[in-house]
Amino acid sequence: MELFRSTTIDWLSRKWYFLGFSLIFSVAGILSMLFWHHVPLGVDFRGGTQVTVRFDTTPNEDHIRSAVAQAGMKDFKIQRISDPSGNSANEVVISLPESKSEGTEDQGRAAIDSALHTNYKDSGFAVQKVDIVGPTAGKQLQKQAWLATAYSLIGMLIYLWFRFELIYGVAAVVAVFHDTLITVGAFSLTNKEIDLTVIAAILTLIGYSMNDTIVVFDRIRENLAVSRRETLSDVVNRSINQTLSRTVLTSGLTFLTVLSLYLFGGAVLHGFSFALVVGILIGTYSSIAVAAPMLVAYQDWRASRGKVATLPAGRSRA
Amino acid sequence: MFKNLTGKTVFIIAVLLVFCYGIVGIPHGGLKQSIANRINLGLDLRGGIHLVLGVHVAEAIGSATDRDVARIEAALQAAGVTGATVGKTDAAHPETISVTGVPVAKTSDVRSLLQGTDYQIYDVSSANGGFTLTMKHSAITDLETRTLDTSIETIRERIDKLGVSEPVIQKYGLGENEILVELPGVDDPARVEDIIQSTAKLEIHEVVGGPYENDQAGLTANSGVIPPDSVLMHGTGSAGAPDQVFLLKRASEVEGTDFRDAQPSQDVNGRPNITFTLTTEAGDRFYKYTSAHSRTSDKPGSMAIVLDNKVREVAGINSAIRDRGEIEGGFTKDQANDLSLMLRTGALPATISYLETRTVGPSLGAASIRQGVEAAVAGMLAVMVFMLIYYKGAGINADLALALNLLILLGFMGFSHATLTLPGIAGVILTIGMGVDSNVLIFERIREELRAGKTAAAAVKEGFAHAWTTIVDTHVTTIVSAAILFLFGTGPVKGFAVTLTFGLLANLFTAVFVSRLIFDAHLQGKGRTAELSI
Repeated sequence: MELFRSTTIDWLSRKWYFLGFSLIFSVAGILSMLFWHHVPLGVDFRGGTQVTVRFDTTPNEDHIRSAVAQAGMKDFKIQRISDPSGNSANEVVISLPESKSEGTEDQGRAAIDSALHTNYKDSGFAVQKVDIVGPTAGKQLQKQAWLATAYSLIGMLIYLWFRFELIYGVAAVVAVFHDTLITVGAFSLTNKEIDLTVIAAILTLIGYSMNDTIVVFDRIRENLAVSRRETLSDVVNRSINQTLSRTVLTSGLTFLTVLSLYLFGGAVLHGFSFALVVGILIGTYSSIAVAAPMLVAYQDWRASRGKVATLPAGRSRA
Repeated sequence: MFKNLTGKTVFIIAVLLVFCYGIVGIPHGGLKQSIANRINLGLDLRGGIHLVLGVHVAEAIGSATDRDVARIEAALQAAGVTGATVGKTDAAHPETISVTGVPVAKTSDVRSLLQGTDYQIYDVSSANGGFTLTMKHSAITDLETRTLDTSIETIRERIDKLGVSEPVIQKYGLGENEILVELPGVDDPARVEDIIQSTAKLEIHEVVGGPYENDQAGLTANSGVIPPDSVLMHGTGSAGAPDQVFLLKRASEVEGTDFRDAQPSQDVNGRPNITFTLTTEAGDRFYKYTSAHSRTSDKPGSMAIVLDNKVREVAGINSAIRDRGEIEGGFTKDQANDLSLMLRTGALPATISYLETRTVGPSLGAASIRQGVEAAVAGMLAVMVFMLIYYKGAGINADLALALNLLILLGFMGFSHATLTLPGIAGVILTIGMGVDSNVLIFERIREELRAGKTAAAAVKEGFAHAWTTIVDTHVTTIVSAAILFLFGTGPVKGFAVTLTFGLLANLFTAVFVSRLIFDAHLQGKGRTAELSI
C-alpha cells in the first residue's frame, strides 16, 4: 500500500496562503493572550490552591459553590470535569485565587475541607488531588519553564548550525516558535489552563516539529549536493514531495497515538493531550509551510543584496 | 562490530536479556510484583505527597547575632566598659550588630576586643564613636548551608520514623533555600504535614516579665517600650491555661541543636513529662545560666520553653541545671511521645514554610496510570496494525523494533531507578512516534531505491545508509534538548526528559540495528532475485 507515490505539488507557490493561515492563527492567539483570556496559567504557575474532589454521585456545582462560600471563601472557581466524550467524571475542581502573601494557602484548603465534610459527609466524596503553590514557587516554576524551553531551543539551534548551516537552524527554530505560539494561543482561545504537564506537552511538540523539519532539511541538503543546476525553489519543492509520504504517515500515526490519549487518557491528561493534538497538526504543517519557505526567502534576500545566490548546501554528510 | 548475522543475533538477544533483567530483576513472587519493585513510579502515578519547603535561613542568622549581642554585652561588662549599647537596629539586616555609646577612653579596648578571636566571623567597622559588626559573606553562606543541611537531616530523621518507604528529602531549586520532600504512597497527608510542621523550632528563653493578658497589656506594663533585647511572645505557659503574653529575652539560652536526647517519662505524680539531655557544651552554658537565674527570694527566676515561637511552658528554675532537665506541660502520653521524638531528632534550626504542597490520592494515581498506559498501549497497537497493513512484511520489522524499543526503555528505567511520571508517559509516546518515524524514513527510502530499479539487497543497504544521517540528526537534536530539560527543568519536566532520552537511545539501536538485521536475515543467500515485502 502506498499513499503518495510521486507527488509534484508546488508548495512554495502557495507560500502566501501559508503565510496568511499562520498569521490568522498567530494573531488570533496573540490577541486572545493580550485582550481576552490572556495566558490561562494553571495553579502551578500562578500560585494558589486547587482541590480535585470526586463524588460518589453526580455533583451539583451550585450546591458546592454555596457550601464553599459559606466556609468563607471568595473569588473561587468550580469546574466540573468531564471526559472528551462528554461523560461526567463526577469530579470537580475547586480553584482558589492566588494568595498575595506566603503561607496563607493552607487556610483555603482547610476551608474547602470543612465545607466538604459538613455538607457531603453522607453522600460520599474523596479528595483526589490537592495542589497548593505559593506565589514565589509559582513564579519560580514559571521562570524555570521558560528557561528550560529557551535553553533547549538554543541547544537545538547550535546543533543544527553545526550539522547544517546557521540559516537552517534559524528556520527550524522559527518554525518551532511559530508552533508554540499557535498552541499557546489555542489554549488562550479555548481558555484551557496551562500547567506543568502542558509544558511537557509543548516540549514534546517542539521535539516533534523539530524532527519533522530536520527530515525535510536533510533531504534538501542531500538534493542540493547532487544537483546544482536546479533552482532552490525546485529543490525544496522536490524535497518536500519526496518526504511527503513519510511526513503524512508519521504525523498520521503519531496523531493516532495522541488522539487515543486525548480520548481515553482521562481528565488528568486532558490539557496535555489537547496540546499534543493541536501541536502535531501544526508541527507537521510548519515544517512544510514555514521552515522550508524560509530557506528560499533567505536566499532571495541574499540575492537581492547581490550576495552569492545559492544556499549553502550544508556541511558534508557525516 | 559483529560481522555475521549469528554474531549480531546473539548480541541482540544478549541485550534483550539484560534489559529484561532490568525490568523484572530476579523474579520472585509473581511477575507483576517484580516489575512493580523495579520500576519506580512517580507520585503522580502512585499517589503521595510532594512538598517544597522554604527554610527561613535569615532566622538562623538572626539568632546567631542575637547570641553574639549577649556575648558582647557580657564581654564589655567584664572589660569594665560602661554606658555602651549593643544591639541590632535594622530588622531587614539580621546580620548586623551595632555597638554605640562607647566612651572615648575605651574605644581602642573595645576595638581590640571586637577584632579578637571571638568575633572572627564579623567585619568590624567604626563610625561616630561606635562600631558596626557585619557578618562576613562567607560566614553567612556557611551558616545558611549548615541551617539547610541540619533542616534536611532533621526532617529526614522524622520522616524515617514515620516508616515511609523511599522518601525523597533533598535540596531543591537553584541556590534557593528550599527542600523537596516526596513521600510516595502516603494516604494520610494530614499526619505527615502535622509531624513536619509541628516539629519546628525549640528554644529555651529567659523570662523577663509577664504573663500579661495581651500585647497591649504587655506594652503598658513596660511603659510602652519593649526593650531591644527582649520580645513579646504568646503562649499558654502551662497546660490548660489561656493564651497569654510573656516578655522574654530575645536571645535563646538553649536551642534545638543543643539537645542531645529526650525521652518521655513520668513525674513524681505519674503524669507524663519529658526528660531531656543537653550536649556537654550546651550543658555548661545552661549550668551558668541556671545558677545565675535560680529562683531566689527576691526574683522569680524562670525560663520559657518555646516551640515554634509559642511559649509552651514556663518553668521556675529551682536550682542550677547542668545537662538534664524535665519539661512538664500537662501532656497526654501521646503528646509526650511526639514531643520527645521531636526533641530527640533535633529541632529545626529555623522555621519553615510550605511553598508547594501537592497531594495525589492513591486512587487517582492508579486511575491515571491505568488510563495513561491504556491510551499508550491502544495508540501503539493501532500504529502496529497500521504498519503491518501499510508495509506488509516490513511492517513486522517495524513492530518488532517498536516492541523491543519499549522493552529496552523499561529496562533502562529499571536499571537507573529513574522515576516514571505522567509526563514520562508523554516521553514514551514521543518515543513511539519517533520510533515509527525512523522505520517510516527507512522504509520509504527503500521503496524509493526499489523504484529506481535497485535490487532488494542494494535498496536495503542504500535505504539504511541514507535514512541513517537523518535519524541521527533528529535523534541528537531531541536528545540535546532533552538533556537541557533535564538540567534545568523541574520534577515533571525532568521525568519527561528522562524517558525521552532513554527511549531515543533505545530507538537508535532497535530501528536501525535490529530492523536491519531482520532484513539481512531475510535476504541472506537469496542473491539478486530476492524480493522484499514492503
